[in-house]
Formats: sequence, C-alpha cells, structure tokens
Amino acid sequence: MNTALSSIIIASVQVVLFVFLAPLLMGLIRQVRATIEGRAGAGIWQPWRDVRKLLAKNPVRAEGSSWMLRAGPVALMVSSLLLCVLLPLVGTIPFPSIPSDLFVIVSVMLIGVVALALVGLDGGTAFGGMGSSRHMTVAALVEPTLLLSVYALSIPAGTSTISAIVETRLLSPEVIISPVSVLALVALSIAIMAETARLPIDNPGTHLELTMLHEAMTLEASGRDLAWLEVGSWLKLAALLGLVSNLVVPWGIVTDFSALGLLIGVVTIAVKVLVLGVLLSVGEIFLAKVRLFQVPELLAGSFALAFLAVTASYLVA
Amino acid sequence: MTAIGAELLLQTEIGAGLLPQTAIGAELLLQTEIGAGLLPQTAIGAGLLLQLGLGALAVVSGLMAAPSLRSRAGGILCTLLAVTGLATGLGALLGATGGLLIPIALPMDPLVLAPDRLGGLFMLVVSGVGILVSLYSMSSTRGADASRTAWVAMPVFLVGMQLVPAATDSVSFLLAWEIMTLGSTVLLLADHASRATVASASIWYSAMSQLSFFFILAGFAVLAAASGGTSFTSLQAVEPGSWPANLAFVLLLLGFGGKAELVPLHVWVPRVLPEAPSHVSAAMSGAMVKIGVYGGLLVCVRLLPDGPPWWGIAIMLVGGVSALYGILQASVSSDLKVLLAYSTTENMGLVFLGLGASMLLRGFDATAAADAALVAALLLTISHAAFKSTLFLGAGAIIHATGERNLDRLGGLGARMPVTAAAFGIASLGAAAIPITSGFVAEWMLLQSLIHGGRLDGAVVSVAASVAMPLAVAVIALTAGLALLTFVKAYGIAFLARPRSAAAADAREVPRLMQLALALGALFVLALGLLPGPIAALVAHTVSSNPTTAVQSVGLGGVSLPGIGAVLDPIMLVVLSALVAIPVIVSIIVSARRHPHRTVDLPWGGGGSRARPRMQYTATSYAEPLVRVFDDVLKPSRDVQVTHVAESRYLVERVRVEQRVSDIFETRLYRPVLNLLQRYGIVVRHLANGSIHRYLSYSFVALLIVLIVVSL
Repeated sequence: MNTALSSIIIASVQVVLFVFLAPLLMGLIRQVRATIEGRAGAGIWQPWRDVRKLLAKNPVRAEGSSWMLRAGPVALMVSSLLLCVLLPLVGTIPFPSIPSDLFVIVSVMLIGVVALALVGLDGGTAFGGMGSSRHMTVAALVEPTLLLSVYALSIPAGTSTISAIVETRLLSPEVIISPVSVLALVALSIAIMAETARLPIDNPGTHLELTMLHEAMTLEASGRDLAWLEVGSWLKLAALLGLVSNLVVPWGIVTDFSALGLLIGVVTIAVKVLVLGVLLSVGEIFLAKVRLFQVPELLAGSFALAFLAVTASYLVA
Repeated sequence: MTAIGAELLLQTEIGAGLLPQTAIGAELLLQTEIGAGLLPQTAIGAGLLLQLGLGALAVVSGLMAAPSLRSRAGGILCTLLAVTGLATGLGALLGATGGLLIPIALPMDPLVLAPDRLGGLFMLVVSGVGILVSLYSMSSTRGADASRTAWVAMPVFLVGMQLVPAATDSVSFLLAWEIMTLGSTVLLLADHASRATVASASIWYSAMSQLSFFFILAGFAVLAAASGGTSFTSLQAVEPGSWPANLAFVLLLLGFGGKAELVPLHVWVPRVLPEAPSHVSAAMSGAMVKIGVYGGLLVCVRLLPDGPPWWGIAIMLVGGVSALYGILQASVSSDLKVLLAYSTTENMGLVFLGLGASMLLRGFDATAAADAALVAALLLTISHAAFKSTLFLGAGAIIHATGERNLDRLGGLGARMPVTAAAFGIASLGAAAIPITSGFVAEWMLLQSLIHGGRLDGAVVSVAASVAMPLAVAVIALTAGLALLTFVKAYGIAFLARPRSAAAADAREVPRLMQLALALGALFVLALGLLPGPIAALVAHTVSSNPTTAVQSVGLGGVSLPGIGAVLDPIMLVVLSALVAIPVIVSIIVSARRHPHRTVDLPWGGGGSRARPRMQYTATSYAEPLVRVFDDVLKPSRDVQVTHVAESRYLVERVRVEQRVSDIFETRLYRPVLNLLQRYGIVVRHLANGSIHRYLSYSFVALLIVLIVVSL
C-alpha cells in the first residue's frame, strides 16, 4: 500500500482512538487517585458523562467578552487534535509533506497554549488574568527544556522528525537506556508535566485561588466552550503520554502497514497510555504542588538535565 | 529633475546577462567619459534615478503644498517613491544589473550605485515597509506630524534607506547612510514642541547614530587603508585573518550593531521608537533597522567572508544576549510602544544569531547548515519587517483612537476596532512565531540549521560548535517562549475583556486608509508564512553560492532544506487543521441550534456580585511573575505608598504602587561614562574661560610642540 494512503489511515485511526481514549484516561487517573486515597470515586466513565452534559447546556457568556471566548476553546481543541494526527502514536508512517517534525509539533501545541491564555483574559475577571499570566510564565520557561530534550533525543537519529526517532529506538533498543536518553527523557517528562498542568507544577484537583493555574482560566467558560477546553486539555495529555511511552517502549508501533499490525498498534498504544496514566496517578499521590515561585527552579533543573544530555551526546558519543 | 528622469527612462534598455560587479563599474566609467554626470545604464539605473526625482518632487511638495493638501500629496508621492523602489529592488533581486555612476574629482574610486541581488532584497524590504508607512501616514498625520518639516524629511528618509543597499563603494554607502540618519532624526524631532521627552530622545538618537557612523567610518577607513581603494571590490582584497581585517570587523560590527539595535548599543531604542510618530517608528523599526542588518551581511558575507571562528562566536554572543535581553525587557513593559521597541532588539538579536551561526558553521565546512542559517536570518529579517511595521502601525491606530499607549489603561478594543484588532492579532502571531505566520517559518529554519549544524556526516564538527549550537537552541527557545507571553499580553490586555479607561471605552475604528495599510501588512505576514518555499528559494540566491542545494520549494509553497533533510509545508498544515476542525464545528452548529447561549453581566466572577473593569488583570500584573523570576537581570524598583483614613492605622484609604524596571545597560554602563564626561566638562570649562590671552598662549604652546615634534 502506498505511503500517503497508509499515513492517512493511521492518522485517522489515531484521532478516533485518542478522542475515545483521552476521557477514559482522565477517568482512570481520577479513579486510581480516589481509590488510593480511600474515596469511592466517580468511576472511569465520569469524564465522558461530563462532556455529554456540558454539550447539552446553554453556554453562559459574560457581557463584554468577545469572540475569543467562542473561538479559543475550538482552537485549543484543533491544536490537540493536530497533535494526535502528527505524533507517531499508533504508527510511524508520517505524511510526506508534513513529517512529525519536533519544532512543528511544539508550535502546534503552542497554538493551544495561546488560545487558552487568551480565553482566560477574555472573561475580564481577576482569576482569568491570574491563571493566564501564570500559565504563560510557565509555558515560556518550559520551552527551552522541551526543545533541548527532544534535540538530545534527535541526535542518535540524525533528524528532528519524531517518527524517525521512534524508529531508530525500535531498531537499536540500546539507545533507549543510554545515559543521554535517560537524562533527556527525565527532562522531557518534567516539561510535559508542566505543559499539561499536572503535579507538582499545578494541582488539577484544586479550586483554591492561590494554587490554580489551568483551572483559573476555565472558570468563566461554560457549556460547550468548557467542554472543548476540557477535552482539548485531556487530548493533549493523552497524546504527550503516548509520545513518552513510545519513546520508552517503542515496541508494537506500526512501521509497515498491515491490518493486523494496525490492530496491534491500537491495542499496544492504548495499554501503554493507560498504564502510564496509572503510574502518573500513583506518582501524584506522593507529590505536593510546589510554590509558584519555586517552579522556575524545578524547570531550571530540568533544563540543566536536557542541556547535559545534548552536550554529552556530542562529546561522549 | 523628474523631467530628465522620465526622458532618460525612455532611452534605457533592460540590462541583460550577469556581468560581474567590476565589469559594470568599468563599463559605466567608460560611458561617463563620453556622456554627462548621471547615466542610467539599465532599468535599475532608471529606477534609482526615478526615485531620486520622485524624492525631490516630494520634498518640493512638502515645502510648497498647502497645509490641507500636504499629507495627501506627500503620502501619494512617497507611495510612488516606495513603489519605484519596490520595482527596482525586485529587478535587482531577480538578477538585473546596472546602476548609476556619479563621477567625482577626488582621487578615489568613483561613486557607483548598483545594487546586487542582496542589495535588491533589502531595497525590496525597505520599500515594502515604505508603501505601508506612506499609505498610513496619508491619513494618520495630524498637527506637528503633518508639518512642513516632517513632510520634507519623510522622502529624504525613504530615499536614504533605498540608496544604502544600492551603494557599491564605501563613500556612497556612508553618504546614503547619513542621508537616512538625517531624515529619521528630523522626523523624530517633529513633535518636540509639545513633549519634552521627544527632545531628550532626539539627543540620544543623534548621539548613538553618530557613534554608529563613527564606527562604520573608522571600519571602512581601516579596510581602505589596507586595500588602497574605497570600492567594495577593492576592500574585498583584504585578507580576513589579518589584523586590519580583525580591527575593521570589530568596528563595523559595533557600527552596524548600533543601528540594528543590538545590546549594548540599543539604549536609544526604548526612548526613540516610542516617542517618534507611529508611522515613523514603523519605518525605523521595520526598515531602517534592516539597513543595520544589511551592513552586517555586507561585512560578513561580501567583504570579509571566511573570517576566523571567533568572529562567528562573537556575533552569536552579541545576538544571543540581545535576543534574551530584548525580549525580557519587552515582556515586562506595560507601554505598548516600548514593548514593541524592545522586541525589535530581540528579533535583530535572533537575526545576528543566525548570521553568526552560519559563519561558524561555514568555518567548519558544514555548508548546508550554514546556508540554511543564513537564509533563516534573511527570512527573519523579511518577516520582521512585515510584522513589526504592522504592529507599530497598529499601536499608532490605538493611539489615534484612544490617545493611550499604556496597556494598563486599554482593553476591550477588539469589539470597537475590529480591523485593527485583526491586523494586530495576526502580526502578533508572527512576532510570537506561531504557525502559519512568517515568523514561524523563519524560526523553524533557524532551529533546523542549528540542530543539524553540530554534526557533519555523523562526526562532531568541533567542540565549539557542539556547545554553541545547544546554547543557541536554548536561547531561541526561551526567547520564543517569552515572546509568546509578551504578545499574548499585548493583544489580550489591549483588545480583549473590558476597557480599563474611558478613552478605551470611547474608541472608534481608524480611517479607511489606515485600515488599508494595516490589512496589507497583515496580509504580508500571512503570505510570507504560507508560501515560504518560493520566497526562501529567491532569498537563497542572494547569499548562497549553490542556492538550489540549500533551499528548494516543494508542493504548494512548502520549503525543503535538501542539505539537512527537513521539509515544511504550511498550506498542508492548514488543510489538516481544517479537516480535524470540521467535526468540531459541525457539532458546535448542531449544539448551538438546540442550546443557544445566554449573555449575563457576570457569569461567575470569582463568586462576587459585581465585576468592575478595575478588577481585571493589567499588563503590569500580567508580567509580575516574570519580574520576580528574573529580578537579578531586571532590577525592578517598587514604591508602595499607603494612605490611611484619618485617625486610623487600620483603615486604608488608598494604596499606590509604582514599579519601575530599569535598563541595566543604561544605569551600569552609560550613566558612569556620561557622569565622567560631565565631570571632565566641568573641569575643562576652566581651561576655556573666554580670555583671549589664554587662547593665544595655547596656540603658542601648540606651535612650540609641533616645532619640537617636527625637528625630532
């Protein structure tokens, strides 16, 4: 089968799978946390029920808010869906004219970041602005770590195309446990935690004004506006966890197109993402949110790791 | 003047073939012996002559036209001038040759104005900005901005900027440079009577421009002394590793870096660009600063290629520091025009970072990456011209409508000024390097060249490169992150939410012509971002010896870098996003039909019962976390005044908080030097107290010293 067609099939499968998987992942993370904390929890399908409820409500919008309150959530959603299209999640067969280039993917993610920050500002309240300001500060400081860690991962493959990086790791698994790769993965994980507003940078379960980052921006949104914001954020988390899991455990991903391979790819990525979600949830039990003004120190630490990874891969390898 | 221009235009012929520079010079020289002073050899020459003619006509119209017609007439003539410049530049960029020769009696190489491809590119950029600015100024100028002086200076400024990239010898280069500086200084001064800050800005600008000019003059003088000629062809003969070349490199880098707003010579920027009328700020930041970049390229690519590695590292260092420092200052600024001014320093820093990286990589024979870095630097220059002039024009529109440039007093302008909001928004996306704008493509290419530059065929090229490249990537990443915050702040605070002052609440959309200029600028930003392939391929011809292996155009306007195996097709990205957006939009339409939205005063508002505009976050509060994070660099000073209600220590009547962020280069570097000079001035005043006897004795002593020196 030709490359273009198989890449289109894989991309569509990825989008459908992740739209289904992301709320489930969220439900699983919350349920695991509830169980460990000794609460009953709402069950793993609750996020699905939430989305259905939100889509069936009349959105309430503030007087003086602009089109951004309507368009911003859609932009976030589209940027997250694009992540699901471009990242090598089920298969590593990229589109010929838009390979899953690392810089393009980061920029696509930034579209969502910007959309969310503008939605936060558009409400015209103190909370929205506060969340938006903190969110952008963290996003700005995360960016060097994000780019440098994937730069370090790209050196063994000789290209910044993430599909090629994953394929290289599949072919020569010794790369995965090399010190350079471990350093880069740790740095990348911290960056992803910050990007997706997880502990210890942000507390996804809080509604206390002093600790909110992500939640503060969505306070004024309701109905379908809120639904897109929520689903967009979940999709982003799921897609990035999928990327990390494929970098650590690349086996199962489709490199040569076949129906059976596609099935295996779908099942393995679903399992990988859900397992990683459970690990994340268990890890978060033992973490407290750090103070906002200590976040830069954490990010500086992760930046140092990423920088070490890049220079080491040049000088040692 | 124009009559002659038109007449000569009829006699011109299209220049054919690609003659080397020297041959043109010789040919022109032969022609002048027969004919009179100014000879247009080709279309390019005619274009240059026509520009001079139109410039002269615009000056005359500025002087003579009635005040009611002045802006209209000046604007139309300046637009025509810029359009001619655009055509001339395009011709030169596509490879047409020829120009003007101005014979002089002095014993040096003749003055030849004949732009090559690189010069043509910069003429194109400068005149593109010129068109936007001229259209805009036709209806934006009022009061002092529309004075006779201002409208005389405008064409002089535009012509000066056009002539610098056309110069092929150092003397005409310097002449054109000074015409440009003169025009911009006078334009800046236009409003000096009403605001005291303008006068102070003019002094800083004049001093810093003349410092730049001095460095450039000294640099060219060193090269001319070493090579024995003043034309660029003879200056090329200087050996790049020799000490005159090293000295000239440092001098020229300082000179051009000063014009390109690089740290530490950027101190004029946050004073001058905000104080100048907005269309002048747009021309300065969008076009004049590019001439500084052209100077840098002239030195590093044309005059002294293949310099030692420390040249590349020095330029990368200066560029990287400028990028970080500029964006940091921009991100914490609440004054919209100061923010844009500092962001110019950032962008120029990135351009020089790319230029330095390309020099370093070329030194290590990583040619593909070096070419990509150079093309990226040029793309960044072009895209900066598009988005920054649009942003400055947008800021001008805001000032036109509200009289405010303090973001803390704006807000809610999106609904009141939709066209301005859209243009400013698109240009902001360009400045924040978000796809699918021009800024994104340029930064993508720069990053690609950097991450592929560290290795050549799998082997590490050098220790220097393997440390410099990751650091450069980190600098670009942090810069991009902070730029994102800066422009989210600028757009979000000014155009979204509720107005923070009465002036913002009463804002109305600006006149049609200003809207047209803004829309054109935004269109440029998008077009450059959607069709990077053909543009990059054209740009590669100006600097690369082997352009087709460096950059190719693929698909629908996509760009590919065959040397390092990277592809980007923005149009495909748009198609993909449209495809994934379809289900979302369909479900919105379905849901909106069944569940229409409700508008209320206050949906939640923190659980309160009212939401005053004053409760919103302001630009100052938006940047507060950053000020804390980077307080070592920014050195903020904060002043809190609490006024209590009479007779109570506990009831507070009002709290006044003032936060100032200083420019450490100004307070730590310039202030001490200026203080020293001032103290020297006070001491020296005693030496020159007006007594004729004293002056005569000075002359006598000086004569004695000369005699002694001569007799030795």
